Amino acid sequence: MSLLDIHDLRVSFPGRGFRAAPVEVLHGVSLSVSPGETLGLVGESGSGKTTIGRAVLGLVRPSGGTIEFEGREIGGLQGRARRGLSDDIQVVFQDPYSSLNPSITIGDTLAEPLVTQGATRRDARARVRSLLDQVGLPSDAVERLPREFSGGQRQRIAIARALGPQPKLIVCDEPVSALDLTTQTRVMELLIDIQRHTGVAYLFISHDLTVVRNISHRVAVLYRGDMVETGAAVDVTSRPEHPYTKRLLLAAPVADPDEQRRRRTERKAATAASA
Amino acid sequence: MISYIAKRLGTGIVLALLVTFITFLLLSTSFQDVARTILGPSATDQTTAALMTAKGWDRPVLVQYGDWLFSALRGDFGTSVYTSLPVAPSVIQRLLVTLSIIVPALILTAVISTLLGVWAATRGGAVDRVAQGISLIGYVVPGLLLAIGLVVIFAVQLKWLPATGYTPLADDPAAWIRSITIPVIVLTIGGVANMAAQVRGRMIDELRRDYVRTLRTRGISTTSIVIRHALRNAGSPALTVMSLEFIQMFGAALIIENVFALPGYGSFAFNASLQGDIPVILGITAFGVILVTVVNLATDLVNGWLNPKARQH
Amino acid sequence: MTRRIEPVTKAVSAPSTESIATVQAAEVAASRTPIWKKLLRDPQAVITVSILVIVFALGVLTPLIALHGPNESDLSMVNAPPGTPGYPLGADESGRDIFSRLLHSINTAAIAALIGTGVALVVGIIAGLIGGYFGRVTRASTEWIFSLIMTFPGLLLLIILMPVTGGDYRATMLIFGVLLAPGIYRIVRNLVLGVKNELYVDAARVSGVGTLRILGRHVLTVVRGPIIIAAAFMVGSTIAVQSGLAFLGVGSLEVPSFGAMISSGFRNLYIAPTQFLWPSLLLGLITASLVLLGNSLRDAFEGSRPKPSKVGAGQHVAERAEDTVLVGADALLAVRGLRIAYPTPSGDLNEVVKGVDLEITRGEVLGLVGESGSGKSQTAFATLGVLPNEAVVTAGSILFEGRELIGLSDAAMRPLRGKEIAYIPQEPMSNLDPSYRVGAQLVEGVRAALPVSKKEAKERVLALLERCGINEPARTFDSYPHQISGGMAQRVLIAGAVASRPKLLIADEPTTALDVTVQAEILDLLRDLQTELGMAVLIVTHNFGVVADLCDRIAVMQQGRIVESGTAAEIFRAPEHEYTKALLGAILDEAAYRTDPPVAPAPEGAIA
Repeated sequence: MSLLDIHDLRVSFPGRGFRAAPVEVLHGVSLSVSPGETLGLVGESGSGKTTIGRAVLGLVRPSGGTIEFEGREIGGLQGRARRGLSDDIQVVFQDPYSSLNPSITIGDTLAEPLVTQGATRRDARARVRSLLDQVGLPSDAVERLPREFSGGQRQRIAIARALGPQPKLIVCDEPVSALDLTTQTRVMELLIDIQRHTGVAYLFISHDLTVVRNISHRVAVLYRGDMVETGAAVDVTSRPEHPYTKRLLLAAPVADPDEQRRRRTERKAATAASA
Repeated sequence: MISYIAKRLGTGIVLALLVTFITFLLLSTSFQDVARTILGPSATDQTTAALMTAKGWDRPVLVQYGDWLFSALRGDFGTSVYTSLPVAPSVIQRLLVTLSIIVPALILTAVISTLLGVWAATRGGAVDRVAQGISLIGYVVPGLLLAIGLVVIFAVQLKWLPATGYTPLADDPAAWIRSITIPVIVLTIGGVANMAAQVRGRMIDELRRDYVRTLRTRGISTTSIVIRHALRNAGSPALTVMSLEFIQMFGAALIIENVFALPGYGSFAFNASLQGDIPVILGITAFGVILVTVVNLATDLVNGWLNPKARQH
Repeated sequence: MTRRIEPVTKAVSAPSTESIATVQAAEVAASRTPIWKKLLRDPQAVITVSILVIVFALGVLTPLIALHGPNESDLSMVNAPPGTPGYPLGADESGRDIFSRLLHSINTAAIAALIGTGVALVVGIIAGLIGGYFGRVTRASTEWIFSLIMTFPGLLLLIILMPVTGGDYRATMLIFGVLLAPGIYRIVRNLVLGVKNELYVDAARVSGVGTLRILGRHVLTVVRGPIIIAAAFMVGSTIAVQSGLAFLGVGSLEVPSFGAMISSGFRNLYIAPTQFLWPSLLLGLITASLVLLGNSLRDAFEGSRPKPSKVGAGQHVAERAEDTVLVGADALLAVRGLRIAYPTPSGDLNEVVKGVDLEITRGEVLGLVGESGSGKSQTAFATLGVLPNEAVVTAGSILFEGRELIGLSDAAMRPLRGKEIAYIPQEPMSNLDPSYRVGAQLVEGVRAALPVSKKEAKERVLALLERCGINEPARTFDSYPHQISGGMAQRVLIAGAVASRPKLLIADEPTTALDVTVQAEILDLLRDLQTELGMAVLIVTHNFGVVADLCDRIAVMQQGRIVESGTAAEIFRAPEHEYTKALLGAILDEAAYRTDPPVAPAPEGAIA
């Protein structure tokens, strides 16, 4: 059975300006995530990939379709019912700078979800320490403020916060795209390692096909609010069928001058053919 | 653009209706006291009730307001309870006196603040400290004390300018200028203190933006970058402060008029209020709102010209 | 071109972002100091607080100190001069003791301030939290009400409502508090709107934290500082307004207040000139202290704000560089030993570029690669002469066609900019002036660089826009920046940069802000333009894919130094410096994909 089942999800945002018609940004997307699995969600800006994540997190209200978590509809849940889901579904956001409250210490930030769920202060403190250890940060981080950490370290803190309630699913919204290359690799290794140990599932949102390929079991490609292709990571990212996925694949430059020259020629040929 | 103006105008009309209605509503609670005041010490419950009926003040508030509004729309704001003079001409006459000190003060504020703010933001160092010092003095000293201080120095001690009184422009332009000089200076100092700091802050922010760097890399002159680009972008928020400044000066003029014994809008309002002259108070409120609406509309229009994004909403 | 390799300087595994954190440690330590400690160190704050404490303590002690009641008049003492026994500051026109009345006036001012500020804070904060946090409909209505309050002259309204309040200063201050509320409302609403969109608030909501707790914990902590600052200024203005109204004669004559005292002194100006001085001085002292305290609070809470510095003065140079650098004849640009530093809060200089050497020959594409904070953008800005005002070039030389650029004033640099050296920025949108149409901005640039008429410049710009892949050049020419897409804006900026056929184009992360498919198109455009115009390109990037696509040569930068440089083929095939190896090793394999199957979730509690 799938952990998360999204069926025909539609989301509209109010139009800009007075009495403007609402704008639909997701036109009926269906996907599913199994326990312990990573589903990579790829698309460019405006594809609606982030909106899917926010709908799963309950930060955006769907205008149509269903979102089922462990067989239970969660799409329209609000208030107390929605808050009850917080120990099952967690999040890691893209921007490590705005995802931590600058005036609250790391210890308090990590303890917040635990205390909200009724942990005692002492239990929470012990748990925070083990979480920091799990993401490879020293335990004296508890007393410090976010600005004393680098981007990569903050992202580790954000991961620790998400792990706190022992969730079954973590929505990772571009968790590595704001990081430097070397940091990016290590954060991805950490995410994979955690998954192997805990069996948490990831809905991994990214614009970078290479990142998604390295971390996902399956991949779904979004284009302007529609899902254009989905399948096993290796199939979608090396033998794409949809023209958009092909375009996306050929557009990413490779760090190898000769290979890049070949890819460029191929891309230009493809563009010329479609024109 | 036309729909933009229409929308702003519509908002202004709603504002005018609402403010006059709320004033009416609040004042209606004091009608009885006013009637007593008019009748003087000899007032009894009977005579008060009779006066209330005669004035129509015992009718439902909405009906009274509707009556007033209907007449006002035709230009009839009623007559003063005390002097029986029509309200509109006297209000306009007093308004002109007040505007004759506010408008010059506002123009001076705009010019001096822009010069001082831009100068401080683009020179830095000592120049900036001087400009900030000037701002601070204007901020720290209350307008009332400034007014009295200037009167003591220029009128009482040096006897250069008249301490009080007002000469209409039409009677004697030179005397008019002398009669408004100190009031205008007082209002300008208060205005510049606030505005110059705004302009300076906005200019510093603006000059640090990315597009300024890009313009510099294209070989565009410093003057053009400062004046055409940075100042224009800083202008739009500064303008909003300016329109609030106008409204604030309207309030400050009240005290200034009292100090200098100017027959202005504020002192008129003060006397009417003291006497409970309801029709005059309403007239004053209505003209005040109309003026505010016009100023806001003008601000929005200039803002629309300065800031292309504002035009869309 | 020889290949240079620098010795390994630091543990390679530490990426530069981590090192920035250590560099900023001093700054962090400074910002972690509690607010009250910062205030204690500020003499302005200490003095103003002391004055206010003394003044208001005198107010509280009035019943003990005052020699007379506020309205106790003695006709034999009318206009008694200062120094009269029992009347240290003299008596007023009704024979009341001025000193005692001053003390009583302090209390009136304090009550007025308490009511006015209190009402404004309560109304403003509650409405601001509601208007900022809840949906658009709620916000629209609170917005409307408060802009309504704001648009009417407050003092005038207080006067008009005199028949309602009966002139009682407490009732008047209550209304004045409501009139002040929009200022607080705006502050709170703006901050809340900002905080609400912060990801940490989303994270808290996902963690099941309730709305009230979010408002209290995440939102109020941010709002606190600005409110305290605003409150200091508001106390000042309520006291000033109360005095103004009392000066006009609003309210009971029985209530002692600065305004009433100033008014009576002012009437008596010719008889007893010192009478109006005492209340004026005390009122001035209180309001001035409050304003200055507000400024100190602002500095303590918000830190020092950017200071202006002279525009067009050129880059700051610590010392003149020696001009005895030998450069290859074909070098278009030669950077030698360039060092750039920024002042730290403690006053020292913190070097971000530590001796960079670069060389670009005509028509060559050089990639300057490094992670964030490596100093690559600073190097590029120094070459263009557009380093931020705080930056100081501490050493080194930048030769363009053999001419020294370091130390040139803005005016001397201007003929080179745009014409010989051009620039493409990273973030396309923020690099266009939002107030001018795209075309007008480009025409201004063309005319600054070349002696052409307005008409010629326009034709040239239209042709350029078309050349840069914009389908409807005329339409784009007449658009404002916010009306075009990011990719389009980057094409516009490229058109602006190449308009005068520069010899050197400096591109700072030109595709980082763009989607992959748009990036590919922009890279194609840059490559084509480079060949067509034969210009040299210095491309600053962190993306090795971009480097592989465009560059002839590569220079790798780490912590302000070039650690390795060579041809693109050499560096990709056989990197020699440890850091380069680490960087190339961190690139995710194009062919690799996840092979391990999903594992079943561990039983509850096993995660820790």
